[in-house]
Amino acid sequence: MPYRIGKYTLGFDQPPAVLSYAAVGSKKESEGPLKDAFDFIEQDSYFGEKSWERAESRIQRESVNRALEKGNFDPTDIDYIFAGDLLNQCISSVYGLRELGIPLFGLYGACSTMAESLSIASVFIDSQAAKRCAAVTSSHFCSAERQFRFPLEYAGQRTPTSQWTVTGGGAAIVGIGNKPPFVRGITTGTIEDYGIKDANNMGAAMAPAASATISRFFKDTHMNPAQFDLILTGDLGYVGSGILLELLEREGLDIHRQHNDCGLLIFDREKQPDVQAGGSGCGCSGSVLCGHILPKLQRGDLKDVLFIATGALLSTTSVQQGETIPGIAHLVYLSSQAQDEAFPTRERASQFDGRKEKR
Amino acid sequence: MDWMMYLKVFLVGGALCAIGQALIDYTKLTPARILVSYVVTGVILGGLGIYQPLVDFAGAGATVPLTGFGWLLSKGVKEAIAEKGLLGILSGGLTATSAGIAAAVIFGLIFALIFKPKDKS
Repeated sequence: MPYRIGKYTLGFDQPPAVLSYAAVGSKKESEGPLKDAFDFIEQDSYFGEKSWERAESRIQRESVNRALEKGNFDPTDIDYIFAGDLLNQCISSVYGLRELGIPLFGLYGACSTMAESLSIASVFIDSQAAKRCAAVTSSHFCSAERQFRFPLEYAGQRTPTSQWTVTGGGAAIVGIGNKPPFVRGITTGTIEDYGIKDANNMGAAMAPAASATISRFFKDTHMNPAQFDLILTGDLGYVGSGILLELLEREGLDIHRQHNDCGLLIFDREKQPDVQAGGSGCGCSGSVLCGHILPKLQRGDLKDVLFIATGALLSTTSVQQGETIPGIAHLVYLSSQAQDEAFPTRERASQFDGRKEKR
Repeated sequence: MDWMMYLKVFLVGGALCAIGQALIDYTKLTPARILVSYVVTGVILGGLGIYQPLVDFAGAGATVPLTGFGWLLSKGVKEAIAEKGLLGILSGGLTATSAGIAAAVIFGLIFALIFKPKDKS
């Protein structure tokens, strides 16, 4: 059963295992440093479909199907699927997963969806509400431009702080298993709003959310950054990553050595200058996690990873009405071991609470 | 051929575009707002008679950028007022720019029918 650690964090008595995973990408992703991480790459941004929205649905379907295939699962083996994307009413998930016949919980967490879906799937598994769950998300550069900025037909200029939405997706099947990677714990983010209004600078809007969630995780678990190989944020990009490090430093947390960002890993900003501040989108953290990080955890190349997917909770309407852009960040603690000394057990976590009450 | 004219067109047109690029790079203005403000600036400068000398000096360098569209709107209004009186305030702008607007609509339609949009990679 899941148990509470501090105010924001959950631990799992029997950490759910990621049984299978798959990542999908397109042309720009295949030209980046992680080109070998993808299970499926389609050079044509239409993915053979008639619209980019349909292409994104295809990405999501392909991600799930590849993950099912790799784990030798049938759709009927999956009890629930947690899915979301960036388009209005999450249509990529709806049309992409329509034929699978798996009970669906549609999520909207903007680009934090991979961590959000993985979090809820893990709680379902450890609470024995399900045997196997799938967590999936996707994004598409062209459909996201139409959704949030301008249709590509308009041919607008891009600003230097803007990020490049990844055309890709990731799917993870979570269940009970004895092979790594394991989901050890989660810290769910709160909505953080520092008053950023520039929809072309989402890294800055999301950094405070990432900072809040990361510092809460360390406060709740009494752990420190040195105990992790990698602290991986979702898609803060170049601008947002700098702000995150600065914000955490002010709280006395130095994660310079461990920190990296999916948006900086997936593209090479020098060789791919049009990505500007780096990659973004649900598919950014989704495909980097499912194509690059999970395999490393499985092989044991990485032992302890904090995965913090970040989302900017804006809509076109809110931006046009001059609202600020709130951010959210969900943390998932992934490990190559199911148990160890460092992460608080149920007993130790209950002592933390006791100490607080005495004060 | 008047090579000096080419140079003037390039310098003036280029300068107007460079200002737009600087606005994209260094301010939070969205491309749509920059676009609209260019047109409005052209209307104001045209109305005040400041833009006409620039058109005389640089030709297409001043008329092709969006400020030129604004200038044409104001020019049309001025001419229509002289011809028809007050009604010209409403009819002059679109009359003067009708060729540009009709061309944008017609060519937009034709190219939308022929081509399918692609991403920039």
